[in-house]
Amino acid sequence: MSDLIRRTAAELADALAAGEVTSVELTQAHLDRIAAVDTGDKGVHAFLHVDAEGALVQAQASDERRAAGAASHALDGVPIAVKDVLTTAGLPTTCGSKILEGWIPPYDATVVGRLKAAGLPILGKTNMDEFAMGSSTEHSAYGPTRNPWDLDRIPGGSGGGSAAAVAAFEAPLALGTDTGGSIRQPGAVTGTVGVKPTYGSVSRYGLVALANSLDQVGPVTRTVLDSALLHELIGGHDPLDSTSTTAPVTGLVDAARQGAAGDLAGLKVGVIKELAGDGWQPGVMQRFQESVDLLTKLGADVVEVSTPSFVHAMAAYYLILPAEASSNLAKFDAMRYGLRVTPDGSPSAEDVMKATRDAGFGDEVKRRIILGTYALSSGYYDAYYGQAQKIRTLIIEDFNRAYADVDVLVSPTAPTTAFKLGEKLDDPIAMYLNDLATIPANLAGVPGISVPSGLAPEDGLPVGFQILAPVLEDARLYRVGAALESALVQQWGGPLTPEEVAR
Amino acid sequence: MPEITRDEVAHLADLARIDLDDAELDHLAPQLNVILESVASIQGVAGDDVPPTSHPLPLTNVFRDDVVRPCLTPEQALAAAPEVEEQRFSVPRILGDEQ
Amino acid sequence: MTDTLIPFDDVLKDFDPALGLEVHVELNTATKMFCGCPTEFGAEPNSQVCPTCLGLPGAMPVVNGKAVESAMRIGLALNCTIAEWCRFARKNYFYPDMPKNFQTSQYDEPIAFEGYLDVDVDGETFRVEIERAHMEEDTGKTTHIGGATGRIHGADHSLVDYNRAGIPLIEIVTKPITGTGAKAPLVAKAYVAALRELILALGVSDARMEQGSMRCDVNLSLAPAGSGVLGTRTETKNVNSLRSVERAVRFEMGRHAGVLLGGGKVLQETRHFHEDTGSTSPGREKSDAEDYRYFPEPDLVPIAPSREWVEQLRTTLPEPPAERRARLQADWGFSDLEMRDAAASGALSLIEETVAAGAPPQAARKWWLSELARRANDLGVDLTDVGVTPAQVAEVQKLVDAGTVNDKLARQVFEGLYAGEGSPAEIVAARGLAVVSDDGALSAAVDAAIAANPDVADKIRDGKVAAAGALIGAVMKEMRGQADAGRVRELILEKLS
Ligand SMILES: [Mg+2]
Ligand SMILES: [Zn+2]
Repeated sequence: MSDLIRRTAAELADALAAGEVTSVELTQAHLDRIAAVDTGDKGVHAFLHVDAEGALVQAQASDERRAAGAASHALDGVPIAVKDVLTTAGLPTTCGSKILEGWIPPYDATVVGRLKAAGLPILGKTNMDEFAMGSSTEHSAYGPTRNPWDLDRIPGGSGGGSAAAVAAFEAPLALGTDTGGSIRQPGAVTGTVGVKPTYGSVSRYGLVALANSLDQVGPVTRTVLDSALLHELIGGHDPLDSTSTTAPVTGLVDAARQGAAGDLAGLKVGVIKELAGDGWQPGVMQRFQESVDLLTKLGADVVEVSTPSFVHAMAAYYLILPAEASSNLAKFDAMRYGLRVTPDGSPSAEDVMKATRDAGFGDEVKRRIILGTYALSSGYYDAYYGQAQKIRTLIIEDFNRAYADVDVLVSPTAPTTAFKLGEKLDDPIAMYLNDLATIPANLAGVPGISVPSGLAPEDGLPVGFQILAPVLEDARLYRVGAALESALVQQWGGPLTPEEVAR
Repeated sequence: MPEITRDEVAHLADLARIDLDDAELDHLAPQLNVILESVASIQGVAGDDVPPTSHPLPLTNVFRDDVVRPCLTPEQALAAAPEVEEQRFSVPRILGDEQ
Repeated sequence: MTDTLIPFDDVLKDFDPALGLEVHVELNTATKMFCGCPTEFGAEPNSQVCPTCLGLPGAMPVVNGKAVESAMRIGLALNCTIAEWCRFARKNYFYPDMPKNFQTSQYDEPIAFEGYLDVDVDGETFRVEIERAHMEEDTGKTTHIGGATGRIHGADHSLVDYNRAGIPLIEIVTKPITGTGAKAPLVAKAYVAALRELILALGVSDARMEQGSMRCDVNLSLAPAGSGVLGTRTETKNVNSLRSVERAVRFEMGRHAGVLLGGGKVLQETRHFHEDTGSTSPGREKSDAEDYRYFPEPDLVPIAPSREWVEQLRTTLPEPPAERRARLQADWGFSDLEMRDAAASGALSLIEETVAAGAPPQAARKWWLSELARRANDLGVDLTDVGVTPAQVAEVQKLVDAGTVNDKLARQVFEGLYAGEGSPAEIVAARGLAVVSDDGALSAAVDAAIAANPDVADKIRDGKVAAAGALIGAVMKEMRGQADAGRVRELILEKLS
C-alpha cells in the first residue's frame, strides 16, 4: 500500500506545498486504493460512484495552479469523497435510493462548490442509508457498506460510506451530513473523526433534506486537525440558505493546534449522567472513562452534569424527523425527474405517483413517510409534532443550564461498537437506539465531535468519544478533541488502523 | 395513544401517495404501533407554558433583494424528465382538480 | 344533470345569502417569491425556472423582501393589522403543477389580518370585513392534451410549464358577508372592483383578471330568511371577470335555492364557473378529504416586521378609495348616480385617464358607460379589455368637439378602433366619416326633402317648428348621417320662414 494514502490531509497539504508530491500522484494513489479494496463481494463498498476521470482532471488543474504559485487553498489538490446526499453538477446523486437512480443534478451544493473553488479533486460519491434514514448504511438501495475493521459489520450510518472510505484509506477527507448522528456515530464505529457543526454554520443548499431543522453538513476525517481544516473551508454564511448564520467560521485550525499541545488547564468538562448505564456496552464505557481520566490528567476540571430532558430526545426526534421527511420526500413523484413506474392500463398521474413511490422507496423510508404523515395529520399534530417541538425547547434549556457551569459536555458517541450486518435490520427501535447520545445535539443545534477513544476490549472494535459545545463555540470541540487525540495516540504509539483492509 | 389500524395505515399511504400492497400493510401497521408506543412517552411532558422550537437558531427577517438571477436553460430543466413534449414536462392524465 | 334554478327575486323571499370572497393577486415583482427567476408573462416554456422553483432535490427557498413589502402595503391599505411575527408553512398535497408537492404558504400566522374595505352599491355602503391577507406561491401551468377543448376531464395526458411556479401571490380572504340581500351579486362585484382599483393604485400588481394575475373564488351559502345562521357553502373557483363574479353569485343563489326548496341538501364542494353559459358545475372531489398537514416551513425563518418598517410603509399608501371617489366626483361634477354607475362598472380609473388625456369628464363618462360598456357586455369582458384606450377615447371626443364627426359617426370610429383600423383620425379619413358642412350639397338635400314632404313643410310654415324633426331625419338619411343636424335644422327653418 502506497504510504501516501496513510498520510493525513494536513501532511498531504504540506507535501504538495513543498512540491514533494503532485495532486495527480496522490489522487491516483487513492483511486488505486479504491480499486483495490472497495469493490468485489467482500469489498468495503464505500462508494456509489467513482469519478476517476473528473478527479484526475481537477488534480491536473491543481498541479498547474501550484506550479504557477497560485494555489487556491492549503488543501488545493488534496482529494475528497462526498456523501451522495449532496448535489454535484454532472455527477450522479442518488441519496442511496432507487427513486433517484441515474439523476444528474444541474447544480452544485454550496459546500461542493466551495470544495471545487478550493481545488480539492472529488473522488466520487459515498454510500449511505437511503435518504440518510438509518444508522448502518444497510438501508442503501445499492447494498451495504462494510466496516473496514470487520467486513461482516456495519460502518454506522447514515454516512457509513464516507466514514468507511476515510477509515480504509480510500480518501483522506470526506463530507458527511448529520441529522441525528450520521457523521458522529459512523465515526465512532469506524475509528474516525466526525464533526457536526453548529446548525446553520455550514450551508445546507444542495443537501437533499432529510429533516431540515436538524440536518448539518460536516467533515469526516482521520484526525481532528484535518476536520478543522475542512470545516473552515466549507463553513460560513450562504445567501442561498435562509437558515445560515452570518457568524464567521474561523479559529478552528488554531484551536486544534493549540489543543494538540495538550494543556486543558481551567477547562470545565461535564459528563452527561443520562448518557450511560444499562444497554451501554462495558468496553465502550471503559474506554470512555479512561478518556475522561485523561482529560483530568491534562488539567481539565471534570464534573457530572444532569440533563433530564434528554430521556425524551429520542421520542421527539422520531416525530420531528419523519414529519419533515414525509414532506421533503413528496417531491419524488415521477413527474419531473427520477424513476417513473407506469402500471398497466391507462394509469392516471396519481396511479403513477403511487406505483413509483412504492417501487422506488425502501421499507425504512416508507415506514418514516407514513409515520410522519400520521404525526402531521389533523387531530394528531398537537399531540405529536407540536409536543415534540416543545421537548426541543426543554432540551435546549437543559443544554443552556449545563453550559452555565461547564465549557463542554462529553459522552460516549454510541452505546455499542459496530454490530453485525443484518443484526438489527428489521428491528427499527433497536436500530434507532444507536443515536441515543448523538440526537440531543441536533435537536438543540449545538456542535459535536466524535474522536476515537480506543478499541473495546471484548471485541477489539473502535469506540467513539463525543464532545459537545455551545452554539457557535465549535472551536472548543477542536481544542478538547485534539488534546484527547494526541494524548491517546501517544499511549497507543500511533493511530489505530483497521488491519483487515490494511494489507 | 390510539392504535393505528390497518385501514388507517392504508389511508395514510393514500395521503402519502404510496401504493402499499396487503403484505406491506400487514407488516407496517404493527411496526408503526411499536414505534408510536415508544414515542408516546412525550405526551404531557411539556405543558402550555413551554413554547415550541421550530428553528434551532432564533433568526428572523432573512430576505433576498428582488433581483433576477440566472435560470436553468430549458434543456437543463427538462434533462431528467421521464417524458417531454413541446418543451414541457409530459405527465399522465390528472384525476383531481387544481386547488 | 340539470340544475333547478329559482328566479332571483323568489330566492330572496325564502333565503338570506352569505358571500365569501377569496382573491389571489399575483404580485408584479421582478423575481419569484423564493428564488431569483424572472416573472415575465409569456416566456417560452420552462425557461424561467431554477433548482428552487423546479423543486429539485437539495434546493432551498429565500424570501423576496419586495414581495413581503407589497403584502404589507396591501394589508395596510385594507386596514389590516400587520403581524408582529409570522411564518410560512407547508401546505402538503400532491399535484403535478406543484414541483415540491407542497405549497409554501401561510397558515395560522398570516402577515396581515382583521381589516375591512368599504364598497358602495347604489348609494349604500357595505363594509366588507377582511379576515386575512397572506403570502404564498403560484403553481405551474398545465395544458391538457387529448381531452375535449383542452379540459382536464377526459384528457389523455397533460403538459406542465413551471415558469409560473413560485410567482408571489397574495391571497385576500373576506369574512362571511351577510345582510346584502338582493344586492349580493352587486356587492360581490363591487368588492372585487374596489379591491382591483386598490391593488392598481398600490402598483403592486397589474391585476388583469383575464390574464389570471387576479383570480377570484366565490363562496356562497343561503340561510332561511331571518334565521341569522350560515348555510352550507359552495366555493366557485376561478371566476375571472368582474361580470362573472356577479353572474356566479346570481347563478349559485338560484341553484342553492333550487336544491333547498326541492328538499335537498347543498353539498359543500368546489365548483367551476363557465363563462359561456354563466353556470357552475361541480369539481371532481378528491378521495382523501383534504388534510393538508400544515407545519412551519423549516427552510425559512420567521418574519418579524419592525413597527418602524410598518409605519414607513403606511406613508407610501395611495389615497383611500372613498376619499378618492369624493375628490373625483368634485373634480368632475358628477351626480351621485353618475358617480355610482362609474364606480360600479370599474370605470373610475379609465375615466380619470381619459380626462387626463384631454376629454371633458361628462364626455369621458358617456363613452365608457354607454358605447364601450355595450361593447364590453357584447364581448363578455371587463371595460379594461374592450381594446380601446383612454387616450383613443379622448381623441374621438376631440373630433366630436371639433365638429369633424357627430356622436353617430363617432360610434363608427369606435367600430374602426375595435377592428384595429388605426388612429381615430385615420379611421375618419379611411371610412370617409367627416361631416359634410358644404351648404351647397346640404341645401339641395333640404330642398329635396321639402319637395318630398309638402304637408310637413306646410306645418312648419304655420309655425309648428317641432315638425322640422321629420325633415331633418329625411335629410340626414339622404346624407347617410354625414351632416351636422344643427345646421340642417337652420337651413330648413330659413327656407320655410
Ligand atoms: Mg391559497
Ligand atoms: Zn426559480
